[in-house]
Amino acid sequence: MEVTLLLLLPVATALVGAILGRKLVAAVSLLGALGTLGLAIGVALNWKSSLGGNQFKVDDMWISQLGIHWALTIDGLNLALVVLAAFVYASVVLALALRQPEEPRLFFFHLGLGATSVIGALLAQDLILFVLFFDLMLVPFYFLVGQWGTGDKAKATLKMVIYTLAGSLLMLAAAVATGVYAANVSGNHIDYLFSNLAHVHLAKGTQQWLFLCFAAAFLVKMPAVPLHGWLKDAYKAMPLPVLALFSGVLSKVAAYGLLKAALPLFPDAAASFQTLMLIIGLVSIIYGSALAFTTNDARLVVGYSSIAQLGFIVIGIFSLTTAGAQGALLQMVNHGIVTVLLVFIVGLLANRAKGSEDLGSMGGMAMGAPILAVVFLIAAFANLAMPASANFVGEFLILKGVFDSTAVIAVLACLGVAMAAVYMLRMYIRAMHGPDENGVEQREITFKEALPLLPATALVLALALSPQPLLKRTEGPATAAVAQAALAKGQSPDGKATTAKVVVKP
Amino acid sequence: MSAAIAAPHIDWTALGPISILTGGAILTLFFGLIGSSGFRRVAVPLSALTTLVGALVWLISEWSKASAGGLTIISDALRIDPLTIVLGSICLIGAIFAVLISLRSDSALGGGEFHSLMLFSVMGMLVLIASDDLVTLFLGMELLSIPLYVLSGSALKKERSLEAGLKYLIVGSVGSATLLYGLALLYGATGSTDFVAINKAILSGSTINDSLFVGGMALAIVGVSFKASASPFHQWTPDVYEGAPTGVTTFMATATKAAALGIMIRLLAGPLLPAVDDWSPIIAVLAVLSIAVGNFGALGQDSLKRMLAWSSVAQVGYLLAAVVVAKELGIRAVVFYLAVYAVMTLAAFAVVAENSRDWDEGERLDGFAGLGRRRPWLAGSMSVAMLALAGLPPTAGFIGKLTVIGAVVDGGHAWLAFAVVIGSLISLAYYLRVIAVMWFKDAPEGAEAAPTRRAPELVAIALVAAALTIAIGVMPSWPLDQAAKVTQKSLQSNTNR
Repeated sequence: MEVTLLLLLPVATALVGAILGRKLVAAVSLLGALGTLGLAIGVALNWKSSLGGNQFKVDDMWISQLGIHWALTIDGLNLALVVLAAFVYASVVLALALRQPEEPRLFFFHLGLGATSVIGALLAQDLILFVLFFDLMLVPFYFLVGQWGTGDKAKATLKMVIYTLAGSLLMLAAAVATGVYAANVSGNHIDYLFSNLAHVHLAKGTQQWLFLCFAAAFLVKMPAVPLHGWLKDAYKAMPLPVLALFSGVLSKVAAYGLLKAALPLFPDAAASFQTLMLIIGLVSIIYGSALAFTTNDARLVVGYSSIAQLGFIVIGIFSLTTAGAQGALLQMVNHGIVTVLLVFIVGLLANRAKGSEDLGSMGGMAMGAPILAVVFLIAAFANLAMPASANFVGEFLILKGVFDSTAVIAVLACLGVAMAAVYMLRMYIRAMHGPDENGVEQREITFKEALPLLPATALVLALALSPQPLLKRTEGPATAAVAQAALAKGQSPDGKATTAKVVVKP
Repeated sequence: MSAAIAAPHIDWTALGPISILTGGAILTLFFGLIGSSGFRRVAVPLSALTTLVGALVWLISEWSKASAGGLTIISDALRIDPLTIVLGSICLIGAIFAVLISLRSDSALGGGEFHSLMLFSVMGMLVLIASDDLVTLFLGMELLSIPLYVLSGSALKKERSLEAGLKYLIVGSVGSATLLYGLALLYGATGSTDFVAINKAILSGSTINDSLFVGGMALAIVGVSFKASASPFHQWTPDVYEGAPTGVTTFMATATKAAALGIMIRLLAGPLLPAVDDWSPIIAVLAVLSIAVGNFGALGQDSLKRMLAWSSVAQVGYLLAAVVVAKELGIRAVVFYLAVYAVMTLAAFAVVAENSRDWDEGERLDGFAGLGRRRPWLAGSMSVAMLALAGLPPTAGFIGKLTVIGAVVDGGHAWLAFAVVIGSLISLAYYLRVIAVMWFKDAPEGAEAAPTRRAPELVAIALVAAALTIAIGVMPSWPLDQAAKVTQKSLQSNTNR
């Protein structure tokens, strides 16, 4: 019951707020967002590793004719991400409540729908339900960018929609096919529950094309090079709070999808495409980093750094080791929080630089705004994976996992760690240090500006001090997610080559 | 030897809906001749609506008898089974809303002929989807088509409307001729016009590879494709949809579509089922062509009605993809998709009708600019309709696509699923363009000159249809169960004969 409430609370409260009127919508949405966050934290605290996905479980038949279940649960894989999504949504709504957008009723409704679809995709234990929420995510963001965006938003929205839906629709066809083929193989009545599908062994050729369809959807959404063509325009056009939610959470759902769907359902295909996926991840790291330190647009630095960070997550997952997958999960959470922080900071920088987001028009801001500088530095250090930050732990685990499975990729990926330092410090220095040649407004961060940043900053520090609770909870599920694919590859999840025969479940 | 022909026994109760429509059509015509114009304005639509609702109620009341093995009337000429009732209901409901949408339309204000013709056309649809014999099939097809030719041209003051009527007449006649030729060949090959006898003749084996039979079947499919506007027999669609009064277009998009697809599955999954290997490649080609041509044709259309016409060609493609799967899942998908397609198209056309009242610009995409700000509820309904037609969640369109894809993959035609998916992807470009224009663009200068006189019934139709689209998208279990039941029962009653 809790999970259904968790899922519906954002959109329901936003809808109620929209009906109550433009004056109340922000307050009601905020209340809903805080309620969602409270509920998510409550669930997380009461969640016991030993019981796994059997807690807070809902499983009702939704569309019996098609065998689709309304199945939601909290398991070790989505636990942290659900909290992250609720957290980011609350931060974003808080920021928006302090600074109301135009036509707030529709704005908050779309935002609430976005949050609900994200949480739904994370909680879903039925493949079609997952795809439904995954596709649904796009609809509110289409409106948010198109109606409240800036610049060339027509082009931006069209590109974003075509790119993401190309992947998502392929995934829809593949998801239906997975269920149908699985039913044909097992002889059971058709259903799409992850737990049942994972027990059916499809032929390798079938697995391969299904896997490619799923991977396409996820890689576009992240995005990974070379499927990142929509990112620049969309990032430029998005209103900043929307960007925070989009960049902080939506890309994580895609990475989560790899772990939740692509690996366990198509283990043979995942094993055979491992090298391809590792290379895509590696290219994303290098190319994303290169883009990030060549652009002068503060917002795009954040965007391109996302590509690089998601690249790390991809190689972590496709190391097919427990360490890699665990690191990837931790990194998803880390990057989600840090991105929100950075996006908000870009907004504050632009406020001080006459509305320009160009690094060239900034400089020397630390003089007048030491507190902002400290917050920015914390975010920058976290993003470049400074030792002692949780991002360091995440990247370390990822690289360890990759090193155990494909050493050469790990060595090359280390370049990305160095490059992250270059682009993050470059951004920080260009904005904060040096002489103030452009006449930026020397103004300290106000309480109202700081309020949405504080929780995220605190969380970055908290995770840096103690990533263990998260790691402890993810170890089991991360192993389970990669185990089949690792076996198909002939390695065990701890990265050692195994001589054990691949166990094919009936 | 007696020269007298024994008249067949007629079950008048079962024939009720058709009788009501005939009587109502004649009565409506009379109402258009008497009284003051004020009286006519009320009496004619009222009489048409009463007739349609009466026929609908009667048709549905036959459910229990129909589901218990089916009703065969007039010595096997017509057959009423659950499938007939569902498809007939879609046609009747489509007609009811078409009348409501035309309430204030100029073309519907004359005498009673507009409404009378519409009733005759619906009657033809009922005959068509109930037909159990090649002769009734053709009779129904003509009965539905001829009034439609006139209706398309009924906006007498608009040149486009007259052009549409003429075009429809010419192209439609070619279609009818093709159909008739095909039916004649089928009769020649199987020696019977009766569906059951045709089925038996095919099962007996010798006809399947008979070129007479295959040719007849292909021509019959082509003839029906003209009516369903499946590509490459769709050329009349954009012009007719655009030229015809919006009420008539709505009628064609919902009712005619259901009737044409209905007879397609009746014929193919009925008597011609044993020849599935012969006809399924033909239908598959038509499906893929329709998806491709419809979606590419709709790109860049500036007239909403033209765009919806092309999109209807594409939608027929999705439906035909499900027809290829002649099994239970495929027919279930067709029935469900037809129903939800009718609902979402209805929402779209109600919005178009409202936006274009007394304002020709309102049919064009530019006329929709800034609608989100001016009339958010209307724009909201249109957005829901567009998202549904594009097949995005949480609308009925998504579930519809899901059932089609499921059926196609299950039938072993995964490649058709990809055609559907890629078609949907292309369709986003034009469906979302409408949404973008409504919400993301400011109203043009002249928009303030748009009529302020509003038609509450059109807004209500749009809102209800949009709400239903969402409701079915969120709770699709009941309609899907019904679709499954109907399919099952109809197939059972077919095999039991």
